[in-house]
Amino acid sequence: MSQQSMSSLNRVLTTLSHKEPDRVPFFLLVTMHGAKALGLSIKDYFSSAKNVVEGQIRMQKKFRHDCIYTFFYAPIEIEAWGGEVIYSDNGPPNSGTPFIQSFDDIKTLHPPDVRKAPCLQKVLNATHMLKGKIGDEAPIIGVVMSPFSLPVMQMGFDRYFLLMHEHPDLFDQLMKINQEFCVNWANAQLDAGATAICYFDPVSSSTITTRKLYLNTGYQIACATLPRINGPTATHMASGRCIPILDDIAKTGTGLVGVSSLEPLEKIKSICKGKLTVVGNLNGIEMRRWDTTDAEIAVKATIQSAAPGGGFILSDNHGEIPWEITDDVLLAISHAVHQWGTYPILHM
Amino acid sequence: MERKVISFEEALLSLDHQKLKALIEQSSQTETNIHVVENLIVPALERIGNGWEQGDIALSQVYMSSRICEELVDDMLPVQSPERKNQPKMAITSLEDYHLMGKRIVYSVLRSSGFELQDYGRTTVDTLVNKAIDDKLQILLISTLMLHSALRVKEVNHQFLQKQVNIKIVVGGAPFLFDHNLWREVGADALGKSASASVGLISTIMGELSS
Repeated sequence: MSQQSMSSLNRVLTTLSHKEPDRVPFFLLVTMHGAKALGLSIKDYFSSAKNVVEGQIRMQKKFRHDCIYTFFYAPIEIEAWGGEVIYSDNGPPNSGTPFIQSFDDIKTLHPPDVRKAPCLQKVLNATHMLKGKIGDEAPIIGVVMSPFSLPVMQMGFDRYFLLMHEHPDLFDQLMKINQEFCVNWANAQLDAGATAICYFDPVSSSTITTRKLYLNTGYQIACATLPRINGPTATHMASGRCIPILDDIAKTGTGLVGVSSLEPLEKIKSICKGKLTVVGNLNGIEMRRWDTTDAEIAVKATIQSAAPGGGFILSDNHGEIPWEITDDVLLAISHAVHQWGTYPILHM
Repeated sequence: MERKVISFEEALLSLDHQKLKALIEQSSQTETNIHVVENLIVPALERIGNGWEQGDIALSQVYMSSRICEELVDDMLPVQSPERKNQPKMAITSLEDYHLMGKRIVYSVLRSSGFELQDYGRTTVDTLVNKAIDDKLQILLISTLMLHSALRVKEVNHQFLQKQVNIKIVVGGAPFLFDHNLWREVGADALGKSASASVGLISTIMGELSS
Protein backbone atom coordinates (compact mmCIF):
# COMPACT_ATOMS: atom_id res chain seq x y z
CA MET A 1 0.00 0.00 0.00
CA SER A 2 1.44 3.36 -0.94
CA GLN A 3 1.59 6.19 1.58
CA GLN A 4 -1.08 8.06 -0.42
CA SER A 5 -3.69 5.34 -0.41
CA MET A 6 -4.08 4.36 3.21
CA SER A 7 -7.49 3.39 4.49
CA SER A 8 -8.84 5.52 7.32
CA LEU A 9 -8.18 2.67 9.73
CA ASN A 10 -4.56 2.27 8.64
CA ARG A 11 -4.08 6.02 8.78
CA VAL A 12 -5.29 6.07 12.38
CA LEU A 13 -3.30 2.99 13.40
CA THR A 14 -0.14 4.54 11.95
CA THR A 15 -0.56 7.76 13.89
CA LEU A 16 -1.33 5.74 17.05
CA SER A 17 2.10 4.13 16.70
CA HIS A 18 3.54 7.67 16.68
CA LYS A 19 4.54 7.50 13.05
CA GLU A 20 3.45 9.70 10.16
CA PRO A 21 0.73 8.24 7.89
CA ASP A 22 -0.12 9.62 4.41
CA ARG A 23 -2.02 12.54 5.93
CA VAL A 24 -3.28 13.79 9.27
CA PRO A 25 -6.20 11.60 10.41
CA PHE A 26 -9.36 13.61 10.88
CA PHE A 27 -12.20 12.75 13.29
CA LEU A 28 -15.22 14.95 12.63
CA LEU A 29 -17.32 13.99 15.65
CA VAL A 30 -20.72 14.79 14.20
CA THR A 31 -23.86 13.49 15.89
CA MET A 32 -26.91 15.76 15.46
CA HIS A 33 -25.89 16.74 11.92
CA GLY A 34 -27.19 13.35 10.85
CA ALA A 35 -30.69 14.59 11.69
CA LYS A 36 -30.17 17.60 9.43
CA ALA A 37 -28.92 15.34 6.64
CA LEU A 38 -32.03 13.16 6.90
CA GLY A 39 -34.45 16.06 7.40
CA LEU A 40 -35.54 14.76 10.81
CA SER A 41 -35.91 16.32 14.24
CA ILE A 42 -33.14 15.42 16.67
CA LYS A 43 -35.57 13.32 18.70
CA ASP A 44 -36.85 11.41 15.67
CA TYR A 45 -33.35 10.90 14.35
CA PHE A 46 -32.14 9.22 17.52
CA SER A 47 -35.30 7.14 17.86
CA SER A 48 -34.01 4.55 15.40
CA ALA A 49 -30.68 2.82 14.86
CA LYS A 50 -31.30 2.85 11.10
CA ASN A 51 -31.43 6.65 11.05
CA VAL A 52 -28.10 6.93 12.84
CA VAL A 53 -26.52 4.39 10.51
CA GLU A 54 -27.75 6.30 7.47
CA GLY A 55 -26.71 9.63 9.00
CA GLN A 56 -23.20 8.46 9.85
CA ILE A 57 -22.64 6.93 6.42
CA ARG A 58 -23.87 10.04 4.62
CA MET A 59 -21.76 12.34 6.78
CA GLN A 60 -18.62 10.29 6.31
CA LYS A 61 -19.10 10.42 2.53
CA LYS A 62 -19.78 14.15 2.60
CA PHE A 63 -17.06 15.28 5.01
CA ARG A 64 -14.47 12.57 4.18
CA HIS A 65 -13.38 12.06 7.77
CA ASP A 66 -11.63 9.03 9.19
CA CYS A 67 -14.09 7.52 11.66
CA ILE A 68 -17.64 6.48 12.32
CA TYR A 69 -19.00 7.80 15.60
CA THR A 70 -21.75 5.79 17.30
CA PHE A 71 -22.30 8.33 20.07
CA PHE A 72 -26.01 9.22 20.23
CA TYR A 73 -26.17 11.69 23.14
CA ALA A 74 -24.68 11.91 26.63
CA PRO A 75 -27.78 11.12 28.72
CA ILE A 76 -28.51 7.88 26.84
CA GLU A 77 -26.75 6.12 29.72
CA ILE A 78 -28.98 7.95 32.19
CA GLU A 79 -32.01 6.77 30.20
CA ALA A 80 -30.79 3.20 30.71
CA TRP A 81 -30.76 3.80 34.47
CA GLY A 82 -34.38 4.99 34.29
CA GLY A 83 -33.54 8.68 34.24
CA GLU A 84 -35.16 11.43 32.20
CA VAL A 85 -33.91 12.70 28.82
CA ILE A 86 -35.03 16.11 27.58
CA TYR A 87 -34.87 16.77 23.87
CA SER A 88 -34.30 20.11 22.21
CA ASP A 89 -34.93 21.15 18.60
CA ASN A 90 -31.52 22.74 18.23
CA GLY A 91 -29.11 21.16 20.67
CA PRO A 92 -28.06 17.89 22.22
CA PRO A 93 -30.52 16.08 24.50
CA ASN A 94 -30.02 16.92 28.17
CA SER A 95 -30.46 14.78 31.25
CA GLY A 96 -33.41 15.92 33.36
CA THR A 97 -34.02 15.65 37.09
CA PRO A 98 -31.26 13.51 38.61
CA PHE A 99 -32.53 10.10 39.70
CA ILE A 100 -30.30 9.95 42.78
CA GLN A 101 -32.12 12.37 45.05
CA SER A 102 -30.47 11.46 48.35
CA PHE A 103 -27.17 9.88 49.30
CA ASP A 104 -29.07 6.92 50.73
CA ASP A 105 -30.37 6.11 47.22
CA ILE A 106 -26.86 4.88 46.41
CA LYS A 107 -27.20 2.06 48.96
CA THR A 108 -29.89 0.34 46.89
CA LEU A 109 -28.68 1.29 43.41
CA HIS A 110 -28.05 -1.43 40.82
CA PRO A 111 -26.64 -0.95 37.33
CA PRO A 112 -28.96 -1.69 34.38
CA ASP A 113 -28.36 -4.70 32.15
CA VAL A 114 -26.80 -3.12 29.06
CA ARG A 115 -28.21 -5.82 26.77
CA LYS A 116 -31.76 -5.29 27.95
CA ALA A 117 -32.04 -1.49 28.03
CA PRO A 118 -33.87 -0.51 24.79
CA CYS A 119 -31.98 2.77 24.40
CA LEU A 120 -28.60 1.04 24.60
CA GLN A 121 -29.84 -1.71 22.32
CA LYS A 122 -30.37 0.96 19.65
CA VAL A 123 -26.71 1.94 19.90
CA LEU A 124 -25.58 -1.68 19.74
CA ASN A 125 -27.77 -2.30 16.68
CA ALA A 126 -26.42 0.81 14.98
CA THR A 127 -22.86 -0.27 15.76
CA HIS A 128 -23.50 -3.75 14.37
CA MET A 129 -25.06 -2.39 11.17
CA LEU A 130 -22.27 0.16 10.69
CA LYS A 131 -19.63 -2.54 11.12
CA GLY A 132 -21.40 -4.52 8.39
CA LYS A 133 -21.23 -1.54 6.04
CA ILE A 134 -17.79 -0.16 6.92
CA GLY A 135 -15.87 -3.32 7.75
CA ASP A 136 -12.23 -2.45 8.42
CA GLU A 137 -12.19 0.64 6.25
CA ALA A 138 -12.56 3.11 9.15
CA PRO A 139 -12.55 2.82 12.92
CA ILE A 140 -15.93 2.80 14.63
CA ILE A 141 -15.74 4.83 17.83
CA GLY A 142 -18.08 3.86 20.66
CA VAL A 143 -18.56 6.01 23.75
CA VAL A 144 -18.92 5.54 27.50
CA MET A 145 -19.09 8.04 30.33
CA SER A 146 -16.44 7.33 32.92
CA PRO A 147 -17.70 5.97 36.27
CA PHE A 148 -16.22 9.13 37.81
CA SER A 149 -18.04 11.57 35.50
CA LEU A 150 -21.42 9.82 35.17
CA PRO A 151 -22.65 11.01 38.62
CA VAL A 152 -22.94 14.58 37.34
CA MET A 153 -26.00 13.37 35.43
CA GLN A 154 -27.02 10.76 38.02
CA MET A 155 -27.21 13.16 40.98
CA GLY A 156 -26.29 16.70 39.85
CA PHE A 157 -22.93 18.40 40.10
CA ASP A 158 -23.41 20.05 43.49
CA ARG A 159 -24.65 16.93 45.26
CA TYR A 160 -21.82 14.96 43.65
CA PHE A 161 -19.16 17.31 44.98
CA LEU A 162 -20.62 16.97 48.46
CA LEU A 163 -20.60 13.18 48.10
CA MET A 164 -16.99 13.24 46.99
CA HIS A 165 -15.84 15.45 49.86
CA GLU A 166 -18.12 14.41 52.70
CA HIS A 167 -19.28 10.80 52.12
CA PRO A 168 -16.26 8.80 50.95
CA ASP A 169 -17.82 5.39 51.64
CA LEU A 170 -20.89 6.07 49.52
CA PHE A 171 -18.68 7.64 46.87
CA ASP A 172 -16.67 4.40 46.69
CA GLN A 173 -19.88 2.38 46.50
CA LEU A 174 -21.20 4.50 43.61
CA MET A 175 -17.89 4.17 41.78
CA LYS A 176 -18.02 0.37 42.03
CA ILE A 177 -21.59 0.30 40.69
CA ASN A 178 -20.73 2.69 37.86
CA GLN A 179 -17.59 0.80 37.03
CA GLU A 180 -19.53 -2.41 36.46
CA PHE A 181 -21.92 -0.59 34.16
CA CYS A 182 -19.15 1.21 32.28
CA VAL A 183 -17.12 -1.96 31.63
CA ASN A 184 -20.21 -3.93 30.52
CA TRP A 185 -21.39 -1.09 28.29
CA ALA A 186 -17.98 -0.61 26.67
CA ASN A 187 -17.51 -4.32 26.05
CA ALA A 188 -21.00 -4.70 24.59
CA GLN A 189 -20.16 -1.97 22.05
CA LEU A 190 -16.86 -3.68 21.20
CA ASP A 191 -18.71 -6.98 20.77
CA ALA A 192 -21.16 -5.24 18.44
CA GLY A 193 -18.33 -4.04 16.21
CA ALA A 194 -16.85 -0.89 17.72
CA THR A 195 -13.12 -0.58 17.08
CA ALA A 196 -12.34 1.55 20.13
CA ILE A 197 -14.06 3.23 23.05
CA CYS A 198 -13.98 6.92 23.86
CA TYR A 199 -13.96 7.24 27.66
CA PHE A 200 -15.44 10.66 28.42
CA ASP A 201 -14.07 11.88 31.73
CA PRO A 202 -14.53 15.66 32.06
CA VAL A 203 -14.75 15.55 35.88
CA SER A 204 -11.13 14.35 35.91
CA SER A 205 -10.08 17.42 33.93
CA SER A 206 -8.06 20.10 35.68
CA THR A 207 -10.93 22.50 35.03
CA ILE A 208 -12.99 20.57 37.56
CA THR A 209 -10.65 18.69 39.90
CA THR A 210 -7.14 19.34 41.13
CA ARG A 211 -4.38 16.87 40.34
CA LYS A 212 -4.28 15.81 43.98
CA LEU A 213 -7.97 14.96 43.97
CA TYR A 214 -7.68 13.34 40.55
CA LEU A 215 -4.90 11.04 41.74
CA ASN A 216 -7.10 9.87 44.62
CA THR A 217 -10.27 9.50 42.55
CA GLY A 218 -10.59 9.73 38.75
CA TYR A 219 -7.11 8.35 38.16
CA GLN A 220 -7.63 5.32 40.43
CA ILE A 221 -11.01 4.66 38.82
CA ALA A 222 -9.58 4.90 35.29
CA CYS A 223 -6.71 2.55 36.24
CA ALA A 224 -9.23 0.02 37.54
CA THR A 225 -11.71 0.43 34.68
CA LEU A 226 -9.75 0.80 31.45
CA PRO A 227 -7.84 -2.53 31.63
CA ARG A 228 -11.20 -4.34 31.88
CA ILE A 229 -12.36 -2.84 28.57
CA ASN A 230 -11.51 -5.36 25.85
CA GLY A 231 -10.24 -2.90 23.26
CA PRO A 232 -8.34 0.33 22.80
CA THR A 233 -9.58 3.42 24.64
CA ALA A 234 -9.32 7.16 24.21
CA THR A 235 -9.79 9.40 27.24
CA HIS A 236 -11.63 12.61 26.41
CA MET A 237 -11.76 15.68 28.63
CA ALA A 238 -14.77 17.21 26.77
CA SER A 239 -13.24 20.72 26.64
CA GLY A 240 -11.67 20.49 30.11
CA ARG A 241 -8.01 21.34 30.70
CA CYS A 242 -5.57 18.48 31.30
CA ILE A 243 -1.92 19.59 31.03
CA PRO A 244 -1.22 19.04 34.77
CA ILE A 245 -2.39 15.39 34.54
CA LEU A 246 -1.24 14.31 31.07
CA ASP A 247 1.56 12.13 32.43
CA ASP A 248 -0.91 10.53 34.82
CA ILE A 249 -3.47 9.91 32.07
CA ALA A 250 -0.77 8.13 30.07
CA LYS A 251 -0.37 5.68 32.96
CA THR A 252 -4.06 4.70 33.06
CA GLY A 253 -3.71 2.45 30.02
CA THR A 254 -5.44 4.74 27.54
CA GLY A 255 -3.86 5.37 24.14
CA LEU A 256 -5.32 8.74 23.20
CA VAL A 257 -6.39 11.93 24.90
CA GLY A 258 -8.98 14.47 23.70
CA VAL A 259 -7.82 17.94 24.71
CA SER A 260 -9.16 21.46 25.15
CA SER A 261 -8.72 24.50 22.94
CA LEU A 262 -8.01 26.44 26.14
CA GLU A 263 -4.54 24.90 26.38
CA PRO A 264 -1.59 25.28 23.97
CA LEU A 265 -1.58 22.33 21.60
CA GLU A 266 2.16 22.45 20.99
CA LYS A 267 2.84 22.03 24.72
CA ILE A 268 0.31 19.20 24.96
CA LYS A 269 1.92 17.41 22.02
CA SER A 270 5.37 17.73 23.50
CA ILE A 271 4.24 16.22 26.84
CA CYS A 272 2.37 13.39 25.07
CA LYS A 273 5.12 12.56 22.59
CA GLY A 274 5.59 8.80 22.35
CA LYS A 275 3.04 8.19 25.14
CA LEU A 276 -0.38 9.38 24.04
CA THR A 277 -1.95 10.27 20.71
CA VAL A 278 -3.45 13.75 20.93
CA VAL A 279 -6.99 14.31 19.64
CA GLY A 280 -8.10 17.90 19.14
CA ASN A 281 -8.50 20.73 19.48
CA LEU A 282 -10.57 22.96 17.18
CA ASN A 283 -12.77 25.30 19.21
CA GLY A 284 -16.31 24.02 18.56
CA ILE A 285 -17.97 27.06 20.13
CA GLU A 286 -16.03 29.65 18.14
CA MET A 287 -16.53 27.51 15.04
CA ARG A 288 -20.10 28.82 14.86
CA ARG A 289 -18.80 32.24 13.79
CA TRP A 290 -16.15 30.95 11.39
CA ASP A 291 -16.30 31.41 7.66
CA THR A 292 -14.44 29.11 5.31
CA THR A 293 -11.27 31.19 5.57
CA ASP A 294 -11.32 31.07 9.37
CA ALA A 295 -11.76 27.30 9.17
CA GLU A 296 -8.72 26.94 6.93
CA ILE A 297 -6.59 29.16 9.17
CA ALA A 298 -7.58 27.17 12.29
CA VAL A 299 -6.88 23.83 10.63
CA LYS A 300 -3.48 24.96 9.34
CA ALA A 301 -2.46 26.25 12.78
CA THR A 302 -3.59 23.03 14.45
CA ILE A 303 -1.72 20.85 11.97
CA GLN A 304 1.42 22.94 12.32
CA SER A 305 1.30 22.69 16.12
CA ALA A 306 0.70 18.98 16.56
CA ALA A 307 0.87 16.89 13.39
CA PRO A 308 4.63 16.44 12.81
CA GLY A 309 5.79 13.00 13.94
CA GLY A 310 2.32 11.46 14.04
CA GLY A 311 0.58 10.75 17.34
CA PHE A 312 -2.11 13.22 16.38
CA ILE A 313 -5.71 13.18 15.15
CA LEU A 314 -7.34 16.46 14.17
CA SER A 315 -10.75 16.92 15.76
CA ASP A 316 -12.82 19.37 17.77
CA ASN A 317 -12.12 19.99 21.44
CA HIS A 318 -15.38 18.74 22.92
CA GLY A 319 -16.15 15.43 21.28
CA GLU A 320 -19.34 16.66 19.64
CA ILE A 321 -19.80 19.25 16.89
CA PRO A 322 -22.48 21.76 17.97
CA TRP A 323 -25.74 21.78 16.03
CA GLU A 324 -25.21 25.39 14.95
CA ILE A 325 -22.11 24.66 12.84
CA THR A 326 -22.93 24.85 9.15
CA ASP A 327 -22.05 22.17 6.64
CA ASP A 328 -20.06 24.81 4.72
CA VAL A 329 -17.71 25.28 7.64
CA LEU A 330 -17.41 21.52 8.19
CA LEU A 331 -16.62 21.06 4.50
CA ALA A 332 -14.02 23.83 4.71
CA ILE A 333 -12.40 22.10 7.69
CA SER A 334 -12.34 18.83 5.78
CA HIS A 335 -10.95 20.46 2.66
CA ALA A 336 -8.19 22.15 4.65
CA VAL A 337 -7.18 18.87 6.33
CA HIS A 338 -6.98 17.17 2.95
CA GLN A 339 -5.08 20.08 1.43
CA TRP A 340 -2.63 20.90 4.22
CA GLY A 341 -2.47 17.66 6.20
CA THR A 342 -0.40 15.57 3.78
CA TYR A 343 2.81 14.25 5.33
CA PRO A 344 5.51 15.41 5.52
CA ILE A 345 3.99 18.57 6.95
CA LEU A 346 5.39 21.60 5.21
CA HIS A 347 5.89 24.95 6.87
CA MET A 348 2.74 26.98 6.05
CA MET B 1 -4.46 41.66 56.25
CA GLU B 2 -3.02 40.03 53.13
CA ARG B 3 -1.53 37.25 55.26
CA LYS B 4 -4.91 36.69 56.93
CA VAL B 5 -6.63 36.50 53.52
CA ILE B 6 -4.12 33.92 52.33
CA SER B 7 -4.64 31.89 55.52
CA PHE B 8 -8.39 32.09 54.99
CA GLU B 9 -8.02 30.99 51.36
CA GLU B 10 -5.84 28.05 52.41
CA ALA B 11 -8.34 27.01 55.05
CA LEU B 12 -11.14 27.18 52.47
CA LEU B 13 -9.23 25.06 49.97
CA SER B 14 -8.45 22.45 52.61
CA LEU B 15 -12.04 22.56 53.98
CA ASP B 16 -10.68 23.38 57.44
CA HIS B 17 -13.88 24.62 59.13
CA GLN B 18 -12.26 25.11 62.54
CA LYS B 19 -9.51 27.33 61.19
CA LEU B 20 -12.04 29.36 59.20
CA LYS B 21 -14.13 30.03 62.29
CA ALA B 22 -11.02 30.95 64.27
CA LEU B 23 -9.90 33.44 61.61
CA ILE B 24 -13.34 35.05 61.52
CA GLU B 25 -13.50 35.30 65.31
CA GLN B 26 -10.06 36.90 65.34
CA SER B 27 -11.07 39.51 62.74
CA SER B 28 -14.40 40.17 64.44
CA GLN B 29 -12.59 41.42 67.53
CA THR B 30 -11.47 44.55 65.69
CA GLU B 31 -13.94 44.85 62.79
CA THR B 32 -17.69 44.89 62.20
CA ASN B 33 -19.20 41.83 60.50
CA ILE B 34 -19.66 43.55 57.16
CA HIS B 35 -16.03 44.62 57.20
CA VAL B 36 -14.93 41.07 57.96
CA VAL B 37 -16.93 39.98 54.92
CA GLU B 38 -15.48 42.71 52.71
CA ASN B 39 -11.89 42.49 53.93
CA LEU B 40 -11.45 38.78 54.54
CA ILE B 41 -14.06 36.61 52.85
CA VAL B 42 -14.53 38.49 49.56
CA PRO B 43 -10.77 38.83 48.86
CA ALA B 44 -10.23 35.13 49.63
CA LEU B 45 -13.01 34.16 47.22
CA GLU B 46 -11.55 36.53 44.63
CA ARG B 47 -8.17 34.83 44.95
CA ILE B 48 -9.84 31.44 44.52
CA GLY B 49 -11.76 32.73 41.49
CA ASN B 50 -8.58 34.09 39.95
CA GLY B 51 -6.87 30.77 40.64
CA TRP B 52 -9.65 28.98 38.77
CA GLU B 53 -9.37 31.38 35.82
CA GLN B 54 -5.62 30.67 35.69
CA GLY B 55 -6.26 26.92 35.83
CA ASP B 56 -4.58 26.53 39.25
CA ILE B 57 -7.71 25.79 41.28
CA ALA B 58 -10.40 23.25 40.46
CA LEU B 59 -14.12 23.87 40.15
CA SER B 60 -14.81 21.49 43.03
CA GLN B 61 -12.75 23.79 45.28
CA VAL B 62 -14.53 26.89 44.00
CA TYR B 63 -17.86 25.22 44.73
CA MET B 64 -17.00 23.97 48.20
CA SER B 65 -15.41 27.33 49.14
CA SER B 66 -18.45 29.30 48.00
CA ARG B 67 -20.83 27.03 49.90
CA ILE B 68 -18.80 27.26 53.11
CA CYS B 69 -18.54 31.06 52.83
CA GLU B 70 -22.25 31.38 52.19
CA GLU B 71 -22.98 29.49 55.42
CA LEU B 72 -20.46 31.54 57.39
CA VAL B 73 -21.86 34.83 56.09
CA ASP B 74 -25.45 33.70 56.78
CA ASP B 75 -24.42 33.39 60.44
CA MET B 76 -22.67 36.76 60.46
CA LEU B 77 -25.20 38.69 58.36
CA PRO B 78 -28.65 37.06 58.61
CA VAL B 79 -30.97 37.70 55.66
CA GLN B 80 -32.79 40.50 57.51
CA SER B 81 -29.57 42.16 58.63
CA PRO B 82 -29.49 45.88 57.70
CA GLU B 83 -25.85 45.37 56.71
CA ARG B 84 -26.89 43.07 53.82
CA LYS B 85 -26.50 44.84 50.49
CA ASN B 86 -29.99 44.37 49.12
CA GLN B 87 -29.51 46.85 46.30
CA PRO B 88 -29.55 46.59 43.37
CA LYS B 89 -32.56 44.32 42.91
CA MET B 90 -31.22 41.26 41.14
CA ALA B 91 -31.84 37.61 40.38
CA ILE B 92 -29.92 34.71 38.92
CA THR B 93 -31.14 31.95 36.61
CA SER B 94 -30.04 29.05 34.49
CA LEU B 95 -31.68 29.76 31.13
CA GLU B 96 -33.21 26.73 29.41
CA ASP B 97 -30.30 24.73 30.72
CA TYR B 98 -30.37 21.81 33.13
CA HIS B 99 -26.83 22.41 34.33
CA LEU B 100 -27.25 24.38 37.54
CA MET B 101 -23.75 24.26 39.00
CA GLY B 102 -22.52 27.62 37.67
CA LYS B 103 -25.64 29.39 38.88
CA ARG B 104 -25.28 27.84 42.33
CA ILE B 105 -21.67 28.97 42.69
CA VAL B 106 -22.35 32.57 41.60
CA TYR B 107 -25.36 32.72 43.92
CA SER B 108 -23.24 31.55 46.86
CA VAL B 109 -20.35 33.89 46.06
CA LEU B 110 -22.65 36.92 45.81
CA ARG B 111 -24.41 36.04 49.05
CA SER B 112 -21.01 35.41 50.65
CA SER B 113 -20.12 38.96 49.63
CA GLY B 114 -23.12 40.37 51.47
CA PHE B 115 -25.48 40.71 48.50
CA GLU B 116 -29.06 39.44 48.53
CA LEU B 117 -30.52 38.12 45.30
CA GLN B 118 -33.32 35.88 44.12
CA ASP B 119 -32.65 32.44 42.73
CA TYR B 120 -35.07 31.86 39.85
CA GLY B 121 -33.79 28.32 39.29
CA ARG B 122 -34.14 27.07 35.71
CA THR B 123 -36.30 29.26 33.47
CA THR B 124 -37.48 29.59 29.89
CA VAL B 125 -37.16 32.83 27.93
CA ASP B 126 -40.79 33.91 28.32
CA THR B 127 -41.15 33.07 32.00
CA LEU B 128 -37.83 34.74 32.73
CA VAL B 129 -38.70 37.97 30.94
CA ASN B 130 -42.10 38.22 32.65
CA LYS B 131 -40.71 37.42 36.08
CA ALA B 132 -37.81 39.86 35.75
CA ILE B 133 -40.19 42.66 34.75
CA ASP B 134 -42.74 41.81 37.46
CA ASP B 135 -39.99 41.81 40.07
CA LYS B 136 -38.64 45.13 38.75
CA LEU B 137 -35.14 43.73 38.54
CA GLN B 138 -32.21 45.99 37.85
CA ILE B 139 -29.70 43.22 37.18
CA LEU B 140 -30.32 39.74 35.79
CA LEU B 141 -27.53 37.16 35.96
CA ILE B 142 -27.83 34.32 33.45
CA SER B 143 -25.75 31.15 33.62
CA THR B 144 -25.55 28.59 30.80
CA LEU B 145 -23.45 25.57 29.94
CA MET B 146 -24.93 24.66 26.56
CA LEU B 147 -24.31 26.77 23.47
CA HIS B 148 -27.92 26.76 22.34
CA SER B 149 -28.96 28.01 25.79
CA ALA B 150 -26.37 30.79 25.66
CA LEU B 151 -27.74 31.91 22.30
CA ARG B 152 -31.22 32.31 23.80
CA VAL B 153 -29.97 35.23 25.90
CA LYS B 154 -30.41 37.16 22.65
CA GLU B 155 -34.18 36.63 22.88
CA VAL B 156 -34.25 37.80 26.50
CA ASN B 157 -32.43 40.96 25.53
CA HIS B 158 -34.71 41.45 22.53
CA GLN B 159 -37.83 41.20 24.68
CA PHE B 160 -36.40 43.63 27.25
CA LEU B 161 -35.76 46.12 24.44
CA GLN B 162 -39.23 45.61 22.97
CA LYS B 163 -40.86 46.12 26.34
CA GLN B 164 -38.59 49.12 26.98
CA VAL B 165 -37.26 47.94 30.32
CA ASN B 166 -33.74 48.65 31.44
CA ILE B 167 -32.56 45.45 33.08
CA LYS B 168 -28.82 44.88 32.88
CA ILE B 169 -27.90 41.36 31.77
CA VAL B 170 -24.76 39.70 33.12
CA VAL B 171 -23.88 36.34 31.54
CA GLY B 172 -21.49 33.57 32.49
CA GLY B 173 -20.71 29.94 31.71
CA ALA B 174 -18.61 27.78 29.42
CA PRO B 175 -19.84 28.98 25.98
CA PHE B 176 -18.86 32.53 26.86
CA LEU B 177 -15.39 31.42 27.94
CA PHE B 178 -14.76 29.55 24.69
CA ASP B 179 -16.00 32.41 22.49
CA HIS B 180 -14.98 35.79 23.88
CA ASN B 181 -17.32 37.74 21.60
CA LEU B 182 -20.42 35.72 22.38
CA TRP B 183 -21.58 37.86 25.32
CA ARG B 184 -21.67 40.96 23.11
CA GLU B 185 -23.36 39.06 20.30
CA VAL B 186 -26.25 38.02 22.55
CA GLY B 187 -26.66 41.57 23.83
CA ALA B 188 -25.41 41.10 27.39
CA ASP B 189 -24.13 44.10 29.31
CA ALA B 190 -21.28 42.23 30.95
CA LEU B 191 -19.53 38.87 31.12
CA GLY B 192 -18.57 37.25 34.42
CA LYS B 193 -15.51 35.16 33.63
CA SER B 194 -15.64 33.62 37.09
CA ALA B 195 -18.03 33.61 40.01
CA SER B 196 -15.86 35.95 42.04
CA ALA B 197 -15.63 38.38 39.10
CA SER B 198 -19.39 38.83 39.39
CA VAL B 199 -18.91 40.71 42.69
CA GLY B 200 -16.85 43.41 40.99
CA LEU B 201 -19.21 43.52 38.03
CA ILE B 202 -22.24 44.07 40.24
CA SER B 203 -20.44 46.87 42.07
CA THR B 204 -19.52 48.51 38.75
CA ILE B 205 -23.09 48.27 37.45
CA MET B 206 -24.39 49.66 40.75
CA GLY B 207 -22.11 52.66 40.21
CA GLU B 208 -23.44 53.12 36.67
CA LEU B 209 -27.04 52.84 37.82
CA SER B 210 -26.63 55.44 40.52
CA SER B 211 -24.75 57.94 38.35
